[in-house]
Amino acid sequence: MTATTTLTFADAVAHFEPVLGFEIHVELNTATKMFSQAPNAFGDEPNTNVTEVDLGMPGVLPVVNRTAVESAIKLGLALNCTIAPRSEFARKHYFYPDLPKNFQTSQYEQAIAHDGWVDVELDDGTVFRVEIERAHLEEDAGKLTHMGESGRIHSASYALVDYNRAGVPLIEVVSKPISGAGDRAPELAKVYVQTIREIVRALGISDARMERGNLRCDANVSLMPKDATQFGTRTETKNVNSLRAIGYAVDYEIRRQAAVLSAGDPVVQQTRHWQEDTRTTTPGRTKSDADDYRYFPEPDLVPIEVDQAWLDRLAAQLPELPVERRRRLKTEWGLSDAVFRDMVNADALDVVEQTITAGASPGAASKWWMGEIARLAHAADVAVTELGITPHHVVELETLTTAGTINDRLARQVLGHVADGEGSPAEVVEARSLAVVSDDAALTAAIDTAIASNPDVVAKVQAGKTQAIGALIGPVMQATGGKADAGRVRQLLAEKLGLQA
Amino acid sequence: MSDLTRDQLTHLAQLAHVNLTEEELDRMSGEVSKILDSVAKVQEVDTKHVMPTSHPIALTNVYRDDVVGPVLSQHEALTGAPEVEAGQFKVPAILHAEGDR
Amino acid sequence: MSPAEMIRLTALEMAEHLRAGTFTSVELTRAHFERINQVDGTADEGVHAFLHLNQDEALAVAAEVDAIRTAGGPEADELHPLAGVPIAIKDNIVTIGQPTTAASKILEGWMPPYDATVVRTIRAAKLPILGKTNLDEFAMGSTTEYSAYGVTRNPWDLNRAPGGSGGGSAAAVGAFMAPLALGSDTGGSIREPAAFTGTVGTKPTYGSVSRYGLIAMASSLDQIGPVTRTTADAAALHELIAGHDPKDSTSLHTQWNTLLEATTDQDLSGVRIGVLEEFQGPGFSAEIWEKFQETLDLLRDAGAEVTTVDCPHIPYALHAYYLIVPSEVSSNLARFDGIRYGNRVVPDGGGTVAEVMAATRAAGFGDEAKRRIMLGTFALSAGYVDAYYGTAQRVRTLVIQDLKHAFEHVDVLISPTTPTVAVKLGDQLEEPLSMYLNDVVTIPANLAGIPAISIPGGTAEHDMPVGLHIQGPAKSDATVYRVASAIEALIEAEQGKPFYDRAPEVPQVQGARS
Repeated sequence: MTATTTLTFADAVAHFEPVLGFEIHVELNTATKMFSQAPNAFGDEPNTNVTEVDLGMPGVLPVVNRTAVESAIKLGLALNCTIAPRSEFARKHYFYPDLPKNFQTSQYEQAIAHDGWVDVELDDGTVFRVEIERAHLEEDAGKLTHMGESGRIHSASYALVDYNRAGVPLIEVVSKPISGAGDRAPELAKVYVQTIREIVRALGISDARMERGNLRCDANVSLMPKDATQFGTRTETKNVNSLRAIGYAVDYEIRRQAAVLSAGDPVVQQTRHWQEDTRTTTPGRTKSDADDYRYFPEPDLVPIEVDQAWLDRLAAQLPELPVERRRRLKTEWGLSDAVFRDMVNADALDVVEQTITAGASPGAASKWWMGEIARLAHAADVAVTELGITPHHVVELETLTTAGTINDRLARQVLGHVADGEGSPAEVVEARSLAVVSDDAALTAAIDTAIASNPDVVAKVQAGKTQAIGALIGPVMQATGGKADAGRVRQLLAEKLGLQA
Repeated sequence: MSDLTRDQLTHLAQLAHVNLTEEELDRMSGEVSKILDSVAKVQEVDTKHVMPTSHPIALTNVYRDDVVGPVLSQHEALTGAPEVEAGQFKVPAILHAEGDR
Repeated sequence: MSPAEMIRLTALEMAEHLRAGTFTSVELTRAHFERINQVDGTADEGVHAFLHLNQDEALAVAAEVDAIRTAGGPEADELHPLAGVPIAIKDNIVTIGQPTTAASKILEGWMPPYDATVVRTIRAAKLPILGKTNLDEFAMGSTTEYSAYGVTRNPWDLNRAPGGSGGGSAAAVGAFMAPLALGSDTGGSIREPAAFTGTVGTKPTYGSVSRYGLIAMASSLDQIGPVTRTTADAAALHELIAGHDPKDSTSLHTQWNTLLEATTDQDLSGVRIGVLEEFQGPGFSAEIWEKFQETLDLLRDAGAEVTTVDCPHIPYALHAYYLIVPSEVSSNLARFDGIRYGNRVVPDGGGTVAEVMAATRAAGFGDEAKRRIMLGTFALSAGYVDAYYGTAQRVRTLVIQDLKHAFEHVDVLISPTTPTVAVKLGDQLEEPLSMYLNDVVTIPANLAGIPAISIPGGTAEHDMPVGLHIQGPAKSDATVYRVASAIEALIEAEQGKPFYDRAPEVPQVQGARS
């Protein structure tokens, strides 16, 4: 295979306007499957979460999971869609061994939700409105494992099929073509998917764990020359399964297509596959008229009719959506744009909010979570919430600091020990005797020693250069293992040296 | 107008994943054309303003509660399969081996 | 009572005798297996109604019923009225413990891991299941000659077809090998064989009986129904199997508990009986038409009002049907690919999974299945779907509207069930299109989802039975049974004996079946 030519990103977007489109498949976290009462569970022994329905056995019939329908309506509402008063399921036919009936039960002519939008906030705060074409219900396929030396489809000698995932409810969210993002297209792509992920999590309808395939994204990319009005030929990059990869995949396709077009060649309409290792896309199947899905209304299922009462009841159950919540919290907490954005990016809004609810001030909560805890998390390569430090720990730490029991330096030390599982901040302070030495008698000896050992400094201070007193504080702190309250040491030194406090 | 060519039938057979022999292609293109000629009579009816019926008795909103029920054992699931391995259905490779085209 | 006498009783009479203790269910069940042994034979000789016999299990269920009856008490009181009366089941209805093949090679030997809802119901009511009956492959055909396991022969004349697709169930009941059987009806598969074998068969209102576990042919038309020798038996079996099933989304919540009771009201005075203008005269054989006119006279004499009604789109029903059915067939049969169940055929030298699927399906499906798959694939394909499948579904709407209007003026519509008497074996095998014409009367009821029954209406050419077809509006199954039962009584009174007693003796087969 010859290396694919690409332009630099800057060159590509200087000449072409990228047009994006996304199909996001969201696996719902219902207890059972879309059309059967088999458990919707991940990671079990193969072919154990199946009924005869999931295996497409002769004679079986589907029955729709009400919760899945309600999840789709909720997502539709959250995406500002029109909910179709009447929609139906259809059969989409193609033969593939992971598809038990050799048709997928999906929605075709009328999706349950259509014509909506979602606001996507880029890293610098720019808001981009992405229009949603439709969100429809369908079922997932089983899992194929290609058996052979490399485990890849091309060199496999046979394959194994596990139908545990077959029939898991999916909502497919299809965006309208997105143009005008220019050089921010890759970032928009990533943040759009992130936004959808956030929404489905907030709704509680999906675990949305991309690494498990709970949320899968197909990214359509096409380019049109600047000032053109007609969209170019698009490619569809399948199953880009991390947020980071989505940005990279869009970036790569823009550069690749720009090179193709710049060379005067046409872009081939095709499916492409994302390659995580090389951060490139490789060609898959070329779209052709062989794709004839022969849709027709599913005769075994009856139409979904959503009346106003049902809609109202579900609308009342909608939680505050992430974007609204962020706007509200930012105002309530009075934090700067930069600090707040860092917090969002660190996925720390929930813990900070919990910390504030537990009694900390917004400033303190933000200071600890985005300061020392973030540093520890970064060093350990985990999320701030995964260190074992709880909002209550932070409140306790802040209380200890405010009361003067520990100073900031000790507090940082304490956090490290809390993260190591040594207990709550109070327990760590107790166990490690980390409290600030506030007993004047214990300090006096150290102060006397410091005065005696540094006559020249004492002389300077007494000559009026009062700021030189700092040079005496250091030795005292050193002698007390850092546990002294620096303010109190300064006060005591000043008294000893006859200065006015 | 309803004549189904041999090429069309070949294409349909591919879509439907049914190998047809040369003899079957010859014979069935004739048979199916004849049936198509007959059934195409539906097109004589003026149906411009008629809604299609996909269910003879109209029902709506038939759902199931999201409650787990009994499943098949792995043995029951696999028992009718032509080939199994490691608790899974064994199938031939999806693609031809490379260089085997 | 001798076994030969037992098997000629109606199912309801058998049930009476079981309750009275005249004979036991084991004796009754044995008597049927003896009869099967005498006349059913094999693909090469005899009636060949059964593809599989379930003797051990059937006798065990019979013994259980007998034991409960002997013990008496509440358990005996709670037995279903039909408990202990044997039944045969069409082999496209899924059964645990017995192979279910739909008479297709592609499912040869398939042992399902689940029971159809109707089978669960029958087991719960403790009817011994005699075995599985023959059909046209996947119920596609009108003669049972498209079975992959050999033809079924008409007990009235072993050189003739029993009709189809449910030829096995009809022949089993007609030849006294079973008092009751289950069939499935998509375009006449219960009613046409009933007409050809002098038996009774009902296609219930769509949604009356659960389809869960019926191997689908055309999902929006399929309905399981009873196959019996009398209208009352059909009503009793229909009541047993009807009712809402949460596993079938198209299942109705309607109550079906007045069907048997309806067969006791045999007063036809004032009943409005419609004859379709579109079914007048040509199309029906001379003797069938004549017989039908005699029946109309009987009805008028009994006080019924016979009028002609007009359903202008009915002539297009057959065409719409033969587009809708293949479309749904091409979809429903897609799952048979040799991966999860059934046979797999690997081309010489191996192949990819797609090639193996195509070879498996080529070897596993018969000609009629392939024709319908091709036709349906075409009717649904891009560029044609609206003109073919779409137009057919719109014509379906017009047929339903026509029938609705007709039922504003009449209580039921009646006609002969078939244009001709049973054809000779082989006569229609090479002519799919002429075979399709057998269904011209029965199809509209499936398109509209309405109840319809075929009862014996005398004999015509070659002394072969003809059927009388009675259909009513949706959910009027009780009315259909009432009128059918009244006509049945009129014909019986005229002849002096039940129609099934006019059947010629079925020749015994040479060797006993293994």
